[in-house]
Amino acid sequence: MAAMILRAQGLTRHFGGLRAVDGVDFDLQQGEIHALIGPNGAGKTTLVGLLAGRIVPQAGSIRLADRDITALPAHRRVQAGIAYTFQITSVFPRLSVFDNVALAVANLRDVPAALERVGLRALADQEAATLSYGHQRLLELAMGLALRPKVLILDEPTQGLAAGEIAGFMALVRGLVPETSVLLIEHNMDVVMGLADRITVLNFGTVLARGSPAEIRADATVQAAYLGTGNAAA
Amino acid sequence: MKSLALHLSVLAVLCALQFVLPSYHVTNVARIMVLAVFAMGYNIAFGYTGLLSLGHALFFAAGIYGAGLPVHLLEWTSGPAFLTGLVAGGVAAALVGLLALRTAGVSFMIVTLMFAQAGYLSILYFGRWTGGDEGFPMGAVGRQVLGYDLSGETPRYLTALGLFAVALVVNLVLVRSKLGRVMVAMRENEDRARMLGYDPFRVKLAALAISGLYAGAAGAGYAMLFGYVGATFGGIQYSILPMLYVLVGGAGTVLGPLIGAAGMFYLIEAASEVTEAYLMLVGVILIVGVVFAPKGLLGALRKVWPWLP
Repeated sequence: MAAMILRAQGLTRHFGGLRAVDGVDFDLQQGEIHALIGPNGAGKTTLVGLLAGRIVPQAGSIRLADRDITALPAHRRVQAGIAYTFQITSVFPRLSVFDNVALAVANLRDVPAALERVGLRALADQEAATLSYGHQRLLELAMGLALRPKVLILDEPTQGLAAGEIAGFMALVRGLVPETSVLLIEHNMDVVMGLADRITVLNFGTVLARGSPAEIRADATVQAAYLGTGNAAA
Repeated sequence: MKSLALHLSVLAVLCALQFVLPSYHVTNVARIMVLAVFAMGYNIAFGYTGLLSLGHALFFAAGIYGAGLPVHLLEWTSGPAFLTGLVAGGVAAALVGLLALRTAGVSFMIVTLMFAQAGYLSILYFGRWTGGDEGFPMGAVGRQVLGYDLSGETPRYLTALGLFAVALVVNLVLVRSKLGRVMVAMRENEDRARMLGYDPFRVKLAALAISGLYAGAAGAGYAMLFGYVGATFGGIQYSILPMLYVLVGGAGTVLGPLIGAAGMFYLIEAASEVTEAYLMLVGVILIVGVVFAPKGLLGALRKVWPWLP
C-alpha cells in the first residue's frame, strides 16, 4: 500500500446546529488523485477548509506525512506543502498575471515556466481582472502549482470552464502525479470518473462511501443519495 | 530606467529650488520635504499595505520627542538624538501594531486613534519633562550636524533634502522587494495571500513598523531642523495630514506623498490667510478626494504612464 501523505481522523466542525463535517476520517495516498463528491451542502468545502487550515476543527487531527499539522495556521500549512485553490476564483485582480504568480514562487525565474504550464504565458503582462473567467481559473491553478506543493487541493476547478478547456485541465492534472497528490472537489462527473483513482462521497457531513470510480458507480447508497439514477456518470 | 530617471530628476529639481526660490519658500520646501517623508511612511502602511491608520501622529511625536527629549534633558548631540527619534517611531508603531493589528478596517482606525490620543494626553500629563502644551525649543547642541548649524537656511535645506532622498530611495527599493510585493498582495487580497503561505499579521506588522520608522525619522528631522518640540505634533491633525497628503498625491505611488504634501501645504497656507477655518478646507478636500478622485493625482497619471512606481 502506498504511503499516506495526508491523514485526517475524526474531523468535526459544526456551525450552530449544522453538522457541516461530523467525525470524518480521510486519507490521501502519495501520488493519487482523490475526488471528493457529494450533494450541495454535504460539507465538501468545509472539509477541505479544515485540511487547508482555513477553518479550525472542533475535534480531530490532521497529519501531513509524519507531522501533526492540526494546530498550524493556514499559511504555515502552505509552507509545509499544502496548496489550495479557491472555489470562487480568488486572484489579485489589479496585479498583472506575472505578478500574481510571482507571489507564489520562491524565485522569479520560475514564473514563465509556471505560466507556460497552464498556457497563460502570452498573457503575462495583462491585468488579472481583465482575463476571461476560464483564464482566471487557470491563473489560480498556476499559483497553486507554483508553490510546488506536496498536496494540491482543487475546489471545483472546472466550474465555468469550456469543454475544450476541461480536456486541457484534465491532462494537466494527470501530469502532476505522482510528485503531487491531488484532492479534487468536483461536480462534473466526467472529470471525476476520468481523473480520480479513488472517490470519497460525503453526505450530511459524514462519509457515505469510498472506493474506486467503478465501486462508487455501482454503490446503491451513493446512487440513491447523489447520483440519482446512476446514469450521470455514463 | 524611466522610473530611475524620473526620481533622480525630482531630486535634482528639489536641489536646484534652493537657488531660485526666495528665502521664505526655501524654508517652506524644506518643511514640505520633511512632511513628505512622514507621508511616505504613511503611504507604506496605507497606500501599499491597505492599513488605514488614524494614529500616525503618535509615531511622528515619538520621533520628535525621541530626538528632542535626550537633547533637552541630557544634552545629547544630534546624531544619537536622531537615531533615538527614528527608533522611537518604529518601536511605537510596532507596539501599537501588535495590539491594533488584531483588528481590521474601521476597528483598526479606532484602535490606532485611541493609542494616538493616549500618547497625546501622556505628553500633556508629563508636562514636567515634555513641556506640556508649550513644548520646548530644541537645544542648540541637537541642531549641529558636522559642524553646520541646522538653523541656517542652506544646511537646513540640504539636510531636509538628504533625509528626503534617503527615504525616497528606501521606498523605491522596498516596493520592488519581495516584502513590497507581498504588502500589496495583503492590500489586494489578504485571504489569497495567506493561502500562498504569507502570514498576514507579520507582513502588516513589518509594514507598520517601517511606516513608524519613517514617521520617527520625519519627526526627529522636524525637531532638529525647525527647532521646536511640542504636544501639537501629537494631536489628531498630525494623523489626518499625512493621510490627506497621500490621498491627494496618490496612494500607493512613491512620489504621491511629496506632491500631496507640497500641494496641501500651500493650499492650507493660502486658505489660512483668508479664514481661520482652514481645517474646513482640509475636510472638504478629503471628502471630495475620496469620492471623486480616490487614486489621487499620480494614481490618475498612472493610467497614462503605467510604469510609475
